[in-house]
Amino acid sequence: MIATRETVSAAPAAQGPQETFVLNLGPQHPAAHGVLRVLMTMEGEWIQRAEPVIGYIHRMHEKMGENRTWAKFLPNTSRIDYLSAMHYTHAFVGAVERAMKIEVPLRAEYARVITSELNRISSHMVWWGALLLDLGGFTPILYAFDDREKILDLLEGLCGARLTYCYYRFGGLYNDVDDEFLRGTRDFVQHLRPRLKMYRDLVTDNVILRKRLTNIGPIDAEMCRRYGATGPVIRGAGVPYDVRRMEPYSVYPRLDFKVPMYPECDSMARYLVRMDEMEQSLRIIEQALDQIPTGPFLAPKVPRVLRLPAGDYSYAVEAARGRFMVRIVSDGKEIPYRVRLRAPSFSNLSLYEEASRGMILPDALAMMGSLDLVIPDIDR
Amino acid sequence: MTFLSLEPIRVLLYLVGICAFVGANAAYLVLAERKGAGRIQRRPGPNEAGWAGWMQPLADGLKLLAKQIMVPPGTDSLLFRLAPLLVMAPPLMCLVTIPFGENVVARDLNLGLLLVFSFGSINVMALMLGGWASRNKYAIISAARVVSQNVAYEIPMLLVVITLLMMTGTMSLQEITAQQAGGFWHWNLFKLWVNPLMPVTFVIFFTCMLAETNRAPFDMAEAESELVAGAFTEYGGMGFGVFFMAEYANIVVGCCLATVLFLGGWQSPIGILSSGAWGLLWFFLKTYALILTVIWIRWTFPRTQFYSLLNLSWKILIPLSLATLLLTGAMMKLPLLWRALS
Repeated sequence: MIATRETVSAAPAAQGPQETFVLNLGPQHPAAHGVLRVLMTMEGEWIQRAEPVIGYIHRMHEKMGENRTWAKFLPNTSRIDYLSAMHYTHAFVGAVERAMKIEVPLRAEYARVITSELNRISSHMVWWGALLLDLGGFTPILYAFDDREKILDLLEGLCGARLTYCYYRFGGLYNDVDDEFLRGTRDFVQHLRPRLKMYRDLVTDNVILRKRLTNIGPIDAEMCRRYGATGPVIRGAGVPYDVRRMEPYSVYPRLDFKVPMYPECDSMARYLVRMDEMEQSLRIIEQALDQIPTGPFLAPKVPRVLRLPAGDYSYAVEAARGRFMVRIVSDGKEIPYRVRLRAPSFSNLSLYEEASRGMILPDALAMMGSLDLVIPDIDR
Repeated sequence: MTFLSLEPIRVLLYLVGICAFVGANAAYLVLAERKGAGRIQRRPGPNEAGWAGWMQPLADGLKLLAKQIMVPPGTDSLLFRLAPLLVMAPPLMCLVTIPFGENVVARDLNLGLLLVFSFGSINVMALMLGGWASRNKYAIISAARVVSQNVAYEIPMLLVVITLLMMTGTMSLQEITAQQAGGFWHWNLFKLWVNPLMPVTFVIFFTCMLAETNRAPFDMAEAESELVAGAFTEYGGMGFGVFFMAEYANIVVGCCLATVLFLGGWQSPIGILSSGAWGLLWFFLKTYALILTVIWIRWTFPRTQFYSLLNLSWKILIPLSLATLLLTGAMMKLPLLWRALS
C-alpha cells in the first residue's frame, strides 16, 4: 500500500526476475506534484509494482492540535490542503460549532457556501493545469492561473489571504461579505462561463488528450470502496457520492445542483467530473448570491475561550479532492484531547499501487494526475 | 568573384557561415520559442536582458559556458563527453547541401538528399550514446525510446521522399529547387496535376520531421513530466546547452529540407524575383514560417503517449506512405503502359 521513509522495503528488484529494475521516482521529480516518492519496479517501461512512499512533508498537524487551543488550531486546518483551505477550515469550524451547539447566522452560511465553491473552482483549476503539465501540455496551466487569479483577488479582499484562507470563525465569519465581493463574484461567474467553454474546445476535446485519458487507469467503485477513495475519483467510478448530498451541511440542501457522475471508471471520467463540477459550482454560487440574506455574520455570544463539552464530535465536508472529515475529542478543557483529520488525498493515493499495476509509465503518471493529489494533504 | 571561386577560401567561408548560421539559429530560436510561448500563454516572455529580451540568448549562453561540466561518477566518461559533439555534427553536415539561394550552396552534390538523410540518421546515435553513457535509468529509458521512435519514423519519411524522387528524378537539391521555378503553383506541394497526393506526402513528411527532431507532441526523448529530462538528465552546463542547440539545429535542417522539397526552396511564390538576395529572402521566409509552426504546435498540444506514437507510425503513416508510393508509381507508369499497349 503506502510506505513511509522508515518502512519502505529495500531493493524489491532482488525478488523479481533480472529483467526488472527499480525506478525511484521522486521525491524530486517534475511529476511528483511536490514531494511524493514512488518506488517503481519496472520491466522496461511497464510497471510491475509502484509503491508510494510518503512522509516528506509531514508536519504533525494532528499532534499540533493536541497542544494548542481550539482557536489557535484553526489556521492549521487551512494549511493541510492548501488548495482547498476554505473546505478544511469549514470542517473544523463546523465540528466545533456542532460541539458547542452554536447557531450560525444564515448570511454567514451563504457566504461560506459562496467562498467554498469559489475555492473549489480555484482548486480544480490548479489540478487542470497540473494534469496538462503531466501530459506535456504547457499552455493550459497559464490560462487556468489567469482565471484563478480573479478568485484569489476576490478572496483576498475578504480575508487578506490568497491561498491559506482563515475566513471562517466559530459561529460565523471573520468579517462580512461586502457588496464589492458580491458584485465581483457575480462578474466572475459571467466571466468564467465562456472561459470554461474555451477550456472544453481547446483541451477537453483535443484528440491527444482524449487518447491519453480514455480507458487509462481504471478505478472501479469496488476499489474505491476498499481504499476509501472519495470525491471525483469515486464519482468517476459511477457512484454519485458527494458529502454535500449524502450528509448535507450548511445551506447546501437549499441549493439546486447536480452531482456530476461518470460511470466509465477511467482517467477521462475523473477529468470530466471535475470539469462539470466547476460548472455546477458556478450554478451554486449564482443561487447563493441570489438568496443571501442580510443580517449578522457572526453568532452572538461565542465565548472568547472555548471549552468544548466533553465528547466526540465530527464534521465532514466535500473538499475539492473528496470527503474531508474532522473528528475532535474533547475532555472539557481549552485544548483538544485529540484531533483526527481524515484527508481525501491519502485514500485516493492508497489505491495507486493496485491501480497502476501493469501500466506503462506515462499512463501511470497521467492516472496520478487524474487523482489530483496534494502531498501536504496526504502527509498532514 | 574570382576571390570566391578560389576553392579553399570558398570552403572556409561556407564552413564559418554554416557554423554561424546554426549557432545563431540555435540561440535565437530559443528566444523565438520563448517569445512565441509567451504570446500563446498570454505573458511577455523574456524581456529583461536587452531590448525586449534580445540579449537573452547571450546571457543564457554565457551562463551555460561558465558552468563546470560535471561528469557524474559511474558514467562512461568518454562517451559522455563525446555525445554532445556527435549530436551537433550531423545537422552541420546536412546544411552543406541545402541550397539557400540561387548560388548560395556549399556543395551541390548530385546525391545531396541521400547525404542529408544519412547524416540525419546519425543524430539518433548520439542521443542514444548520451543516454547510455549517463548510466541513469531515465536516460536509458529515453535512449530506448529515441531509437524506436526514430526507426519508426524514418521509414515513412523515406517512403515519402522516394515518392517525391519518382517525380523529380534527381537527388540534387539544387536541381529539385530549379524544377519548381515559376510561381507557387509549380511547387511540389501544389503540383496537383502531376501528383494529386502531394499534400498528403507533405503532411506525412512534416509529422515525421516533428517526430525525428523529438519535438512536441512527439518529444518522447525529453518528456520532462515522465523522464525528468530524458537523455540529457545528467548533463549540465554547455553539455546540456549543446544538446539543446542540436535540437534547434535539427529543426532548422528539417524545415530547410521541407522548404526545398515541397515549398520550392528559394523560388519566389510569384514567379519573378527569385535571383540573388531575393532567393535568400524567400527561402528564409518559408523556412521560418515552418519553424514557427513547429513552435506553435509545441505550445498547443499535449504530448502523445509513447505506444500510440509508435502505432501512429506503424499502423497509419507507413501504410499511408506506401499507398502514396504505389499510387504515384501507378500514375506515372500507367500512361506509358497504355501507350505501349495501344
